[in-house]
Amino acid sequence: MSEVKTRLARWETVTVFLLLVAILYGATTSGEDFLSGGNLNSILSDISEIAIIALPLTLIIVAAEIDLSVASVLGLTSAVMGYLWNHGWAMEMIIPAVLVMGALAGALNGVLVTRLGLPSLAVTIGTLAMYRGLAYVVLGDQAVADFPQQFTDWGFGTFAGTQIPNPFVLFIVLAIVFGVVLHMTGIGRSIFAMGANEEAARFSGIRVKRIKFWLFVVTGAMASLAGVVYAFRFASARADNGVGLELSVVAVVLLGGVSIFGGKGHLLGVICAMLLLGTLRNALTLNDVSAEVLTIVTGSLLLLSVLGPSVTARVREALRRGRGVDPPPTPTTT
Amino acid sequence: MAIRNKAFAALALTSLLGVAACGSTKEDTQKEAAATPAATEEGGAAAGGGEIKEGLKIAFLPKQINNPYFTISDKGGEDAVNAVKGEYKRVGPSDTAASSQVSYINTLTTQKQDAIVISANDANAVVPALQKAKAAGIKVVTYDSDTAPEGRDLFINQAAAEDLGRSQVQLLAKQIGPEGGEIAILSATPNATNQNTWIEFMEDELKKPEYSKFKLVKIAYGNDDDQKSFEETQGLLQAYPDLKGIISPTTVGIAAAARYLQGSDAKGKVKLTGLGTPNQLRDFVKDGTIEGFELWDPGKLGYLAGYAAAALASGTITGAEGEKFTAGDLGEREVGKNGEVLLGPPTVFDANNIDDFDF
Repeated sequence: MSEVKTRLARWETVTVFLLLVAILYGATTSGEDFLSGGNLNSILSDISEIAIIALPLTLIIVAAEIDLSVASVLGLTSAVMGYLWNHGWAMEMIIPAVLVMGALAGALNGVLVTRLGLPSLAVTIGTLAMYRGLAYVVLGDQAVADFPQQFTDWGFGTFAGTQIPNPFVLFIVLAIVFGVVLHMTGIGRSIFAMGANEEAARFSGIRVKRIKFWLFVVTGAMASLAGVVYAFRFASARADNGVGLELSVVAVVLLGGVSIFGGKGHLLGVICAMLLLGTLRNALTLNDVSAEVLTIVTGSLLLLSVLGPSVTARVREALRRGRGVDPPPTPTTT
Repeated sequence: MAIRNKAFAALALTSLLGVAACGSTKEDTQKEAAATPAATEEGGAAAGGGEIKEGLKIAFLPKQINNPYFTISDKGGEDAVNAVKGEYKRVGPSDTAASSQVSYINTLTTQKQDAIVISANDANAVVPALQKAKAAGIKVVTYDSDTAPEGRDLFINQAAAEDLGRSQVQLLAKQIGPEGGEIAILSATPNATNQNTWIEFMEDELKKPEYSKFKLVKIAYGNDDDQKSFEETQGLLQAYPDLKGIISPTTVGIAAAARYLQGSDAKGKVKLTGLGTPNQLRDFVKDGTIEGFELWDPGKLGYLAGYAAAALASGTITGAEGEKFTAGDLGEREVGKNGEVLLGPPTVFDANNIDDFDF
């Protein structure tokens, strides 16, 4: 636990601080409008898909891998949903079918990375293009929008009289599951171990390849789930659904203090980071900041997320040296 | 009243199906969709009246903010909003993804704008957010690209299919002259809905006695692909050496055809017209490859949309068929079927006026 505390004393603290600044900024510049329940609802629903995909991606990045194909799996899911719906399938059948398809898409990533030993960055850039291409093959440039009302109502609706959007409730449930797995189970510890030092993890008996393979499968399935949410939330299945979303998801995970080199990170940091991204975007739009500036802000956050942790680490290192205290390097797994 | 009876029958049928069906399939929703319009027709033609209020907050939400077409249309909108002493504002995404307008709609709702004027990137993706805006008392006007009817109060339609179809024939006939001759059409894809509707009206227009000397010899399809359209133009000229004119009702087609004509002997002899944008065709007009082509004026489109939004937000109209409102320089406009307001006949661009337009 002390490991968690020291980690929180580093980058995650900055994320929380930035989040508070964003909230303060929104509250002082837009006041009531920003703090209204309706606005909370739009902040949370805007980040639904990013949030859902960020969960498994956190695990992947902690394991020192990456999956950039997630947004394309989301798009492929939307396209296949539209296609199957047009071919008379019942929605109750389509949802499990596309989740399986997402898992298979993830499995292909997993096989290429773990069995053929290819770098996940290259593999998933490839499948990023491939799955998006498949989405266009499946649905072309048409949009399927006549999904049943009860499903689209769910996508746009709020949970039991609150202003919390339904998809975000789904996220909370999933976040608890992923949080428990990553931080409270042996599998989670194994993921940290192989991210910190794959070789060492393998020699200590962790089945690195098998765990990595399943991480990709889960990521594919979750990206697919996000695709289902997306299609319902916008009542529209198109092949270009979620283009470029992978950037935001990676930004959120890194901004949340997960090390791009693996082995470090906490899901709570990632959750703070997604709230930060959503709040900041919302506060800026409320202030009529133009879309170009918004893109620059997202880009800067991504840069900051890569720069920030390494800078804070160096600052900490410098402080430690200055004090003359040189604690033995602790293994990342506790 | 026949319509209403049918609608009731459809409603009854749907509810029966709803009980019978165990899963939710496409057929169910299609029938539901068939049944719903009846409900929206209920709103009677409430008589308009009253003045346009001052200080209305009217926000324009184009498909994309850096698109020159929308820069012009929204400038027109700004003029209109300023003319009614409203507060103009323009926000929008920098990409055209289906969903990127939704957060802007939510923000505008939070900001309690009086009206949102939107050109939808996706006819359906924005509807739930717009319905939320409408529930909060915000009036919604669509321009250029409509949403599903339940998402908006009025649609400002720039391209009445009949006007566009017929006027292209009229324009070409004027350029060729009374002696007539063989003409061809270079369309987009064989199943492009817009183009096919326009072509139907073109064919109908050609049946009129004044076009008796004109003969439509071929409808070619360039698939809205530059290369294919270029080759199809070449093919037309080879197959019909006496061809007098080509109509290309697609911006990709007309540009490709113009490029082919520009480099061939047929330049200036074979007349070319159709739908295009001034920036894309300026050089061809100046060097005589094209005499004139047409498109709606996006500035007027935005202008009309701005006035429509002001009238709705002031409560002088509700969006029901038959209501009238005054749209500044454009004069009085009437709300047509399905809450549509027509912009009117397209604008012809030629050497005299093309430099006044930048889009």
